[in-house]
Amino acid sequence: MCGTCGCGSNEDPVKILIPGEEEHTHNYTHVHKHEHGNEDHSHDHNHSYNHSHDGDKSTHDHEHENEHDTQDHEHQHIHGHNHDNNDHDHHHEHHHHNHDHDHGHDHSHGRQLIIEEDALHVNRLSAERNRGYFEAKNLIALNLVSSPGSGKTSLLEKTIIALKDQINIYVIEGDQQTMNDANRIDAAGAPVVQINTGNGCHLDADTVNKAVKKLDIQSEGILMIENVGNLVCPSLFDLGEAKRVVIISTTEGDDKPLKYPTMFETSDICIINKTDLLPYVDFSVAQAKEYAQRVNPKLRFFELSVKTGEGMEAWLKYLMEELVEK
Amino acid sequence: MHEFSIAVSMVDIALEYAEKSNAIKINEVELEIGELSGVVYDAMDFAMQAAVIGTLLEGAKIKIVSPPGMAKCNSCNHEFKVENIFDACPNCGAYNPKVIGGKELRVKSLNID
Repeated sequence: MCGTCGCGSNEDPVKILIPGEEEHTHNYTHVHKHEHGNEDHSHDHNHSYNHSHDGDKSTHDHEHENEHDTQDHEHQHIHGHNHDNNDHDHHHEHHHHNHDHDHGHDHSHGRQLIIEEDALHVNRLSAERNRGYFEAKNLIALNLVSSPGSGKTSLLEKTIIALKDQINIYVIEGDQQTMNDANRIDAAGAPVVQINTGNGCHLDADTVNKAVKKLDIQSEGILMIENVGNLVCPSLFDLGEAKRVVIISTTEGDDKPLKYPTMFETSDICIINKTDLLPYVDFSVAQAKEYAQRVNPKLRFFELSVKTGEGMEAWLKYLMEELVEK
Repeated sequence: MHEFSIAVSMVDIALEYAEKSNAIKINEVELEIGELSGVVYDAMDFAMQAAVIGTLLEGAKIKIVSPPGMAKCNSCNHEFKVENIFDACPNCGAYNPKVIGGKELRVKSLNID
């Protein structure tokens, strides 16, 4: 099963793209097969799905036929997907689905194996591998996490414009879809790779490993990894970063740190953005900081407005110092 | 739904051990998912049911144990049970806990034939 969206495909739905080199052809085949044995339950499932794109117009045809008998459940899904450069033609066919479920509850006493293995172990190993790679390349990697719309990309654009003549800044953008952010970073003047996670809600260390290699990094600098906008899932996945930076903005509630404590607990830096809007919103900076410190007394704060530039100096100075210290 | 990624990792771990031990059947898998692990139990159940399909784990009993959140106060060393990672120490009132339990996200054991 695909761990990103839970579908039956083993194909990686994650795409790693560079501005100007977007992929225009994909071929997806998803085959889902399930089998249910002992269940008194049977289905015949036929879906056919035709999908064509003509420029901006799209048409969908859908056909479903369901028959439920009593036992045996058979499904099979085949999704075919073809993109020819400008002419998009999709053919989706779902038919057949084999479900065979065995819910046998016989209480035999088999052998007991003690495992005690952490589910995130593999990600942690990949993260350590990234850490070694970043160190060898003299890179300081920052993992930027926040809700969607807090201003992560804008912060990066302003940071790149301010520092690009002094230091190298590389960017990995994570979003479910689109090249929009990578195109903005590209326009600001930094090398960038876009990761489209498909249905995935977070970046993981292995995906970052693949993406960073596409950046072809030659000299020391700062690697900014903009995670998928989500205050929940990315908190559990170490990417190998030196520092995790959580961003909240004054248009959100100042109790965000208590509502999403894991993200604040695992971060090193907290940026409070959009301070220019403080006169118009109910957000209390003091309250937000107090809550964040309850969760993580070691958090370091920056209060700034990406839009007006107020407070940006301290952030830029911090980045320069980090690089020098290294 | 990071639960899917975690469920798939757990299934992979269990299958790896089962294969190493030449299991022909997995009767039960025991998972340890702490109350502070950042995982939603219902979502995890749902993800596990999907993740086991077509594997040797299909049909196996999935047992989930959930250790409670435990913290040690960094200010006074008092150990206490927490519901949230930001709970104040009941002894000294400080918001300075170090979480010492409840973050588990492990495949604990397997019962195989």
